Amino acid sequence: MEKELRLMKGNEAVAEAAIRAGVDGYFGYPITPQTEIIEYLMEANPAETTGMVVLQAESEVAAINMVYGGAACGKKVMTTSSSPGISLKQEGISYIAGAELPCLIVNVVRGGPGLGTIQPAQSDYFQSTKGGGHGDYHLIVLAPASVQEMADFVDLSFELAFKYRNPVLMLSDGAIGQMMEKVYLSPFKERSKTVPEWATSGKPSTRERNIITSLDLDPNRQEVFNRKLLAKYDEIRKKEVRYEEFLCEDAEYLLVAYGTSARVCQKSVQLAREQGIKAGLLRPITLFPFPTKRINELAGKVKGMLSVEMSAGQMVEDVLLSVNGKVPVYHFGRMGGIVTTPEEVVENLKSKFIGG
Amino acid sequence: MTEEIIIAGFGGQGVLSMGKIMAYSGVMQDMEVSWMPSYGPEMRGGTANVIVIISSERISSPIIKQFDTAIILNQQSLDKFESSIKPGGVLIYDGNGITRHPERKDINVYRVDAAEEASRMNSPKTFNTIVLGGFLKVKPIIKLENVLKGLKKSLPERYHNLIPMNEKALKRGEEIIKEIQKSL
Repeated sequence: MEKELRLMKGNEAVAEAAIRAGVDGYFGYPITPQTEIIEYLMEANPAETTGMVVLQAESEVAAINMVYGGAACGKKVMTTSSSPGISLKQEGISYIAGAELPCLIVNVVRGGPGLGTIQPAQSDYFQSTKGGGHGDYHLIVLAPASVQEMADFVDLSFELAFKYRNPVLMLSDGAIGQMMEKVYLSPFKERSKTVPEWATSGKPSTRERNIITSLDLDPNRQEVFNRKLLAKYDEIRKKEVRYEEFLCEDAEYLLVAYGTSARVCQKSVQLAREQGIKAGLLRPITLFPFPTKRINELAGKVKGMLSVEMSAGQMVEDVLLSVNGKVPVYHFGRMGGIVTTPEEVVENLKSKFIGG
Repeated sequence: MTEEIIIAGFGGQGVLSMGKIMAYSGVMQDMEVSWMPSYGPEMRGGTANVIVIISSERISSPIIKQFDTAIILNQQSLDKFESSIKPGGVLIYDGNGITRHPERKDINVYRVDAAEEASRMNSPKTFNTIVLGGFLKVKPIIKLENVLKGLKKSLPERYHNLIPMNEKALKRGEEIIKEIQKSL
């Protein structure tokens, strides 16, 4: 079937893609700059077409626990929010990771800390990739850089979530959520009629009862479980790294950026090359797992790297670990909801590496 | 071909919807497009702006500082964006309420008194479409037929009866620019 072409906001694309991906349930609570997601779903009313549940919970905490419950039943469920709302959801996210349940969480990031601003930012990188909630766990983190990827990554997220029984987080931002671009939408998928064998779907006589929990009072058993999680994360690190390279072959300076910053940096690379500076861009698509190996390889070929993020410098720590001292690594970024401009990035690249 | 445009004015003047019509028209012409609005408190009564990029290639940054064309509908926006137009670029502005006019000599300035014209045509709401028509005369990057298709796409069906009126407005904008170009 041919893909349908639309002009949509990133937020609308997530919502439409969720209906088309055969999602069973969406549980959310409005917050700028991602309220169009729940708005779109409410208006589309997929309960009447695919049977998908769309529910505005009484709070973010309620929404994430509804996701926990739905996921425990083996259903394809999701929630979306923006930074302060995602902070409220962290307890639930940790429980879901601890119970090894698949689900999709979308964070359309705004400036922080606290209530911060409602403009785009990338200051939730640490929260998304290093934990966020308590305990040793990782989410699989995907970073869309276009409206098309906002749509495409919904399906991909569920594929990964169910493959690894692990929550997936799409780390977007206010710019991608609010901007409109062309998007090719996938055909409708039917909602799954089967439930995974681990789901709490009622105990038949043919098997033991399934238990979904994140609690084990025996430290020895808990440590065995922790090791199991670590083995899972290692497998994800081996198999699921995704990234995109732009003019890296002959690059002397490498920009590393994801999401909106990667779009900005693509233009910066072009501007730099017009000035005779051989710049390239590596765009991590998965932030966990991080493209450590590729960045380390590229570190052997370039004179230096600049991590560009709309934050005080978070991903730069992963770039530093990946480069492992081979070449100098710096950070450049704007904060508070200000999007870095392509020209600023070039100026910064020049002042850090070339002088002047 | 890449055209980087900023449209700026008061909230409620149809800044965002003019951008949307442009973006849809670009899609109808099989171009790549991006539409990046300012959102948040400034939209609620203050100034609103939107960056529209129409290109035959994949669009890199949707957020830019330098524009090929600025379409300006109020004084604050003129003050803010006059300096952001690339040398040799285009500034189209409505003179209504403007006390300090554009000063730059290295850009092409067109004054389109669209608000006045729209009220003369008895359709004050098509004021932004007149400006759009003017823009398309200065920069004929999209064919009129595709703009009409774009209008159809971006307007909800219940407003499709307004399309003929908007077509008239587009053409009037074109004529105004034609007259200016003749007098140059």
